[in-house]
Amino acid sequence: MAETVQQPTPVTTGDTLLSLDDVTLKFGGVTALNGVSFHIDRGEILGLIGPNGAGKTTAFNVVTGIYRPTSGGVTFDGEQITGLKRYRIAKRGIARTFQNIRLFRAMTALENVMVGADARHTTGPISALLGLPRHRREEAAGRELALELLDFVGVGGRADELAGNLSYGDQRRLEIARAMATQPKLLCLDEPAAGFNPSEKQALMELIRKIRDRGLTVLLIEHDMRLVMGVVDRVVVLEFGTKIADASPTEVQNDPAVIAAYLGVAEDEVVTDE
Amino acid sequence: MSQTTTSAPPRRSRRDLLGGLRRRLSGMPRWAQFLLMVAIALLCYVLPLLEPPIISTPGTDFGGVLFTVSVYVLVAVGLNIVVGYAGLLDLGYVGFYAIGAYTVGVLTAQHATWPWLLSLPVALVVTMVSGVLLGWPTLRVRGDYLAIVTLGFGEIVRLTLINSEWLGAARGIRPIPSPPSLPLFEVPHLDWSTGVPLVDFSDTTTFIEFGVTDPIPFYWLALTLIILVLLADKRIKDSRVGRAWEATREDEDAAELMGVPTFRFKLLAFAIGAFVGGIAGSLFATRQTFINPESFTLLISILFLSAVVVGGQGNRWGAVIGAVVVAYLPERFRGFEQWRVLVFGLALMLLAIYRPQGLLPPRRTVRAQRMEAETEALEVGEEPEDAVVAAGGPTPDDAAPTDEGSSRG
Repeated sequence: MAETVQQPTPVTTGDTLLSLDDVTLKFGGVTALNGVSFHIDRGEILGLIGPNGAGKTTAFNVVTGIYRPTSGGVTFDGEQITGLKRYRIAKRGIARTFQNIRLFRAMTALENVMVGADARHTTGPISALLGLPRHRREEAAGRELALELLDFVGVGGRADELAGNLSYGDQRRLEIARAMATQPKLLCLDEPAAGFNPSEKQALMELIRKIRDRGLTVLLIEHDMRLVMGVVDRVVVLEFGTKIADASPTEVQNDPAVIAAYLGVAEDEVVTDE
Repeated sequence: MSQTTTSAPPRRSRRDLLGGLRRRLSGMPRWAQFLLMVAIALLCYVLPLLEPPIISTPGTDFGGVLFTVSVYVLVAVGLNIVVGYAGLLDLGYVGFYAIGAYTVGVLTAQHATWPWLLSLPVALVVTMVSGVLLGWPTLRVRGDYLAIVTLGFGEIVRLTLINSEWLGAARGIRPIPSPPSLPLFEVPHLDWSTGVPLVDFSDTTTFIEFGVTDPIPFYWLALTLIILVLLADKRIKDSRVGRAWEATREDEDAAELMGVPTFRFKLLAFAIGAFVGGIAGSLFATRQTFINPESFTLLISILFLSAVVVGGQGNRWGAVIGAVVVAYLPERFRGFEQWRVLVFGLALMLLAIYRPQGLLPPRRTVRAQRMEAETEALEVGEEPEDAVVAAGGPTPDDAAPTDEGSSRG
């Protein structure tokens, strides 16, 4: 089912999908990001962690085109995307969710996801007006993809409900479905498990692995240490807008700089955090 | 606990005559819905001939009132695209209406003697272009600022009309010709003066002759255009374009990040809205045969907007009903001339208190509210029958597409 709808992206691990090169972002006198460089390989799950205010979401915003870096650049899939309009970046294949949920609340769950699917569509008002075959095809394909993705994230039974009326967890999952509907190469999840209980978090990690299995690369911001360590291939640690570590989960957990700066707790508490 | 039990039933029945009717409608098979629509359309066409008592307007020509109402309906449907779907508060919509009317005036009377039918497409292109020209700089601002800028636009159009000799200044433009006539046969009216309907062969309307004396053919033309605009509206709304508008209205940044070029779609909403406003303006001009800046004041803009708000933003049928209310009721109760505005104001206040979402809000809002009420009821320990039905009804998985299909069908 999944394979028929999603474009078959061969998971060719190894080559770089996204890279931030010496990105600096200043708001007046505040330096939000200070010469940050990191990259994500195709098919990887990269965790972006750091204390509050470290610049994680800011890095997301630079990648998705909300902020334009003061200096430095972002390369995606071999091309510079710095300064591109946000919707163009989305069409290039970067999709995201939001830390504070931002659904189209007065639209149904299905419609929310179809908006995402529309990113790959081209019909305008004229073809809609005339009911041209291409328009009908796109509508049908968008609906099919949307329903499939709603099932995939586990909101399948609520397709016709208003997004704003869904439960908190369903809203978070719906955001993931909406982002996936744009058929991205890179999916950026901004604290997708915020406010989840442990079992929900476990289910979410399972979902993230399944997303990767569909051929997507995942950039994951998360506060819950155990969660990140359980699912990511590699971790980038930010602190005060600067990268302080970039290594495998185990290495990062044992990195004294990270423990001191980010965790600020004894090592044995790290793993069983919470 | 007991309080909720006692208060729940009246709450449901008050909400809602229109909604309940609609639910029953959407439960009907599609062919029945279609036939019903055709029947209603036919009824609308013959309404000015029937001149039914109570509905008919004593003292003013019923056909003329119906024409005015139909122009308001057109405007409301067009404005609903801008305000209701795309969420762009436009307080200067009368500007497009004026541009449509004046383009017709200039081409048919002021500076050339084109036939009306030829001037119409030009007028529509001009209004559409004016929509894009207004939108290009202004759609970069949001919310309140956009309202202020559009308000200014409406006033600028009016002041330009007053001060430009080329456009007839305060005198206006006359005489604007009628659409081409094709007199085929005479249709008699009904006469109710004796209490029973009698066919009155001395009072007839020629099908179809556009003249100064009989507004009914103009009404027929307007009604036909309304039907076409509604069909187009439905098709566009149910497409990627409609979803993009609503997504932009709900959260512009999120929409942009999901690949929606929001600026382009807002501009499109403005252009299409202006287009429909232009149709209404052109109709108004040809029926009046005479236009001047007096007909395009800010008050008219506010009336247009209140039609959409009263009806229920985001629902085309709501806009239609709102326009009928705003345009028809004052004409029907012309006898109370002195009190008209006061009563209208009071009615708006009552509406704002008891039905802030408008007379006929978008279906989804209604459905969602019902669901909310059911959840509420469940939380206090009740089992409303509706909720049980909803839970045990068709599985949402296949309900979703069919409902989408039929509800907008």
